Order: sequence, then C-alpha cells, then structure tokens
Amino acid sequence: MTAGAGSLRVASAQRSVLERARAHPARLAGASLLALGLTIVLGVGLGSVPVSPADILGILGRHVLGLPIAATWAPAAETIVLELRLPRVLTAVVVGGGLAVAGATFQGLLRNPLADPYVLGTASGAALGAAIAVVIPVRVAILEFGLVQVFAFIGAVAAIAVVYRLSRSGPLAPLTGLLLTGYAVGSLLAAGLSMAMYLSGAGLRQIFSYLLGGLDGSSWLRLAGTTPIIVLGSVAILLRARSLNALLLGEEAAAHLGVDVGRERTILLGLASLVTAAAVSICGLVGFVGLVIPHLVRLVTGPSARRVLPLSALGGAILLVLADVVARLLGEIPVGVVTAVIGAPFFLVILRRARTGYEL
Amino acid sequence: MTAESLPPVVNRGPMVELRDVTAAYRSRPVLDRISLAIGAGERVAVVGPNGAGKSSLLRVISGILKPTGGTALLAGEPIDLMDRGTVARRLAVVPQASTLPFATRVEELVGLGRVPHEDPFRGHRPVDRAAIAAAIDRVGVGHLLGRDARELSLGERQLVLIALAVAQAAPVILLDEPTVHLDIRHQVQVMELLVDLNERDGATVVAVVHDLRFAAHFFGRTVVMDRARIVADDRPARALDAERVREVFGVDADLVRLGLPVAAD
Repeated sequence: MTAGAGSLRVASAQRSVLERARAHPARLAGASLLALGLTIVLGVGLGSVPVSPADILGILGRHVLGLPIAATWAPAAETIVLELRLPRVLTAVVVGGGLAVAGATFQGLLRNPLADPYVLGTASGAALGAAIAVVIPVRVAILEFGLVQVFAFIGAVAAIAVVYRLSRSGPLAPLTGLLLTGYAVGSLLAAGLSMAMYLSGAGLRQIFSYLLGGLDGSSWLRLAGTTPIIVLGSVAILLRARSLNALLLGEEAAAHLGVDVGRERTILLGLASLVTAAAVSICGLVGFVGLVIPHLVRLVTGPSARRVLPLSALGGAILLVLADVVARLLGEIPVGVVTAVIGAPFFLVILRRARTGYEL
Repeated sequence: MTAESLPPVVNRGPMVELRDVTAAYRSRPVLDRISLAIGAGERVAVVGPNGAGKSSLLRVISGILKPTGGTALLAGEPIDLMDRGTVARRLAVVPQASTLPFATRVEELVGLGRVPHEDPFRGHRPVDRAAIAAAIDRVGVGHLLGRDARELSLGERQLVLIALAVAQAAPVILLDEPTVHLDIRHQVQVMELLVDLNERDGATVVAVVHDLRFAAHFFGRTVVMDRARIVADDRPARALDAERVREVFGVDADLVRLGLPVAAD
C-alpha cells in the first residue's frame, strides 16, 4: 500500500518534470545543448590515455580560439585531443544527430513508428557498396575517402532511388508500395552482400565491422567531406517540419491542409536518404540511434516535427558520443553493438512507460 | 432558424460549383456529368446508396480527385489551377478518424488545422494559438485537453476532428459520413454542431450523410446520388419522397420514417 502510494508520487513527479519540459521547449533545447557540450568534453577526455577536462578546455582555447593559454599539459595530450579524439567525437555528433533526424523523418513520412533511417534499403545498399569495395582488388583514396566510403554512399543513394522509382510504377498506395518495395529491394541487396562476404576471404572482418558501425576511422577530412551534406540536409528537413506535421493525419488529410503531398514526400525522402547515406558512408551501419531517439524526444515534446527534429539531432549526437566512449573504453568494440545494447532495452522501457502503446 | 429562412447572401456566384463533371477511378466511372452549385452559407446533405459516388463528389469538390471532364470551381476559380494552400484556406475537410502514428494530444491535433495559415518556419504565432483556443471552445472539447487523441472515444474524436476543421477557419466545410460508428447522442451532437456552425458562423457545410432522417431533419437541401449521377437536388421533403426512397435505396419509406412534414417547413 505504502509502496504503491510512493511509486504513484514518483510517477506524478516524473510526469510534472515532463510537463515542464514540454511547456518550455527553449529551456529543453538549452539543457540539451549544455548536455551535449558536457558529453563532448567527456568524449574527448576518456580513452586509453585520459585527458582532464581542464586540459581539454585549455587545448581547445589555445588552438581553436587562439587564446593565450600557457601549455600545462603534455605535448602528447595535444595530439590526442586535436588529431584523434576531437574529430572522432565531432563525427559522432554529426552522424548521431543526422541519423536521428533522418529516423524522425522516415517515421513521420511513412507514418510508421518502427521506421528508421535504414528501412527503405539505404542500409543494404550501403553495405553492399562497402562490401564490393572491400572485395575488389582496387585501392584508391582521395582526401581520405576510400572506395569503401564512396561505394557505401553511392550504394545507399542508388538503393533508395531504385526503391522510389519501382514503388511509383506499381499499383499500390504510395506508402505501402514504398515499404514493400524497400523490403524486396533490401532482400535482394542482402543476397548480394552475403555473396560478397562469402567471396571476401580476409576482407570479411572489414565488411563485418562496417555492418556493425564504428567511429575509429574518423578524421578531420572525412568529417569535413560529410558534414555539409548532413547539416544542410537536416536543416532543409527542419524547414519542411510543417509538411511532416500535416502528414500525421495521413496523406489525404495532409493534402486537405494545403500540403503538396507527392512533392513533399519526394523531397523529404531524398533529403533524409542523403543524410543517411553520408552518415553511414563514414561510420558504417550504426543502429538504433535513428529509431530510439525520435521516440524518446516525442515522449517529452509531443509529435510536432518542429520540436522533434532539432531535439532529436541533439539527442542522437549525445547518444552516439556516449556510445562511442563506451566502445572505446571496452577496447574498440563496434559502436553499433553499444547503441543496440543501450538502445534496445531503453526502447522497451519507453514503450512500457508510454501512456498508450504504439499502434502499428 | 432553418436554412430556408436565412437572408439571401450577397453572392458573386456559388462557393462550390461543378460544371458537367465526369470522374473515374482507374477507368471505372464514379461521377457522370454532374452539375451542382452550392451558395455561401448553404447546408447541404449528400445521400445515396453505397457506391453511388458521394465520396467521389466530395473529393472532386476538394480538388483531390481530378475530373476527367468538366470543371470544378471553388469561389469561382477552377480548383485545379489553385495551389493546395489556397484551397486549404478556403475549404476544410474534416479528416477521417485514421490511426495516428504517434501519441498526439487533443490540442496538438486541433493545432494541425492551422497548417495552411502558420508560418512555415516559425510555426504557430499568437493568431494561430487564438484560433486553436477558439475552435476548442466553439466545438466544446475543452474538457479533453491534454488527453492523447488516440485514447478518446470515437464520438469525442469526431468532435476533435471537427474542431481541427474549425481551426482551419475556411468558409467551406466538407464532411464524409461524420456520424459513422457514433452512438445516437454523439450523432445528434455532431449534427447540431454542424447546424450551429452553419447558422451562427455562416459556414457553408456539405456533408455526406447516411441516415436519411438526419439528412431530412438537419439540412435545408438534399442532394440524392445514385449510380454516379445526381438524381434529385431539392429540399428534403421533395428530394426524399416515398417513391424516390424506394427507387434509389430499395427500401420502403415507412421503414425510414423521415418525419418530413415536421422538418421540411
């Protein structure tokens, strides 16, 4: 009895925290930004050679902002922070944020809570592209972008383009057509991937680590090459938040609210796919970020895409930086394993705590 | 006050007009040379058996279904030449109660009615918030605020969806079977709300109605459709006389008990 009343009080206290967060989205965004900043410092500091937060801020102040700070840290710390950790952590920020935005977009566009950035074939396309790059005996790299990154990007974009074209020519309703075509094309590409893995020999481990995702290949150049696509794509999606909101009601109702549904669907699908392709080209198939984060954000803010998209970007960034820290501390295990281990139970808890079950 | 006794509207032509419209779904004809004019401030019931073309009629009026022949006009302009945003500011369609993919509160759902008006980048401004509050108040769903719209009863949800259309603040409101699956109390509540929106706010209301008694009782004008054509367009008493009810619906008018003498005049 007492325990029951206590847990009720706890529940209502949590509810009121959620309510306050919901009522003040600007404060929520501010708190998330602060959390991201702390996470970045944590991500740069932790690893096989720890660097203290004071040293990190000193190094950044001196080298990024050009402040006259005396170097009280070891020269090696400077190299670790600037050349290894910082590009890696910022890659996690950009990729995690991009995947969460793409996931929120696919979920809204397909009106399907189970959708994620990979649902329409981008993942299988990217994986097959990466696997082909590993299998063929050609090695070239331009600005640190090797065949794996380039082929993964092309594979993801090509897969979604094929799915989109095929789904339009069929007799099915657009959304059903997209999902079923995505499934069919994805299966076909997965067969190709299996074949490539079978043929890969010594390259199998490389293909496998691509499938699980990882940030150990991060570099400033790779970050610089993909960030514009991810950031501009995400901003362009955010500017179409209104269309995503109207689509909550279904495609015909969205049309009645003034949305040119066919055009918006094409544009949003294209943007979310580009963001996804850029993200997976440098980090592999990091799972769960794009599925879990938008749901978590919606639980706090409600379904409005105008809030869900930016807060998902922040949440995805935080989750991937933290997951990468864990992956690093556990001796460079694939980050996709960590996001799955954190994300899946988390998702189950969200589903149980949500006031109503998600309908499928 | 019934629709017939409304003062004549100063009107530069009808709000909704179909001129000799023919439409088809994948070569199956659903509308066959339909002509119809609905003036501002009218309240029109569209009745007919299943598959008669009632929903297609609404879809052509709202510009979702492109006619294969003829012209559909909204406030005098061909609807296929207008962009969807302009259409949405002139004509609201009460959405079907479809499954929402995510938890959505009542006020958030009603707020979607402002999509055609809101700033595409900044979202709701004070004028939008005022319109949402007014629509919630107007339809009387204030007691449902904060609830997940997916947890509402069908009757409550229908009222919320009508509030969404009211928040859209368009002079024309279309409804496709707004009382389907509702209990009798909510059916009457919805019908009375439509009468009220029409008489007090001057909204032009066009509703597909299945129950002939409701069409007769709550609407000033009845359009009877059968096999893709309009077979009658008149006051309920004349449009739904015993012979036509038997002919179009295949049932004895006594069975329906329209109570027409009371409702007609």
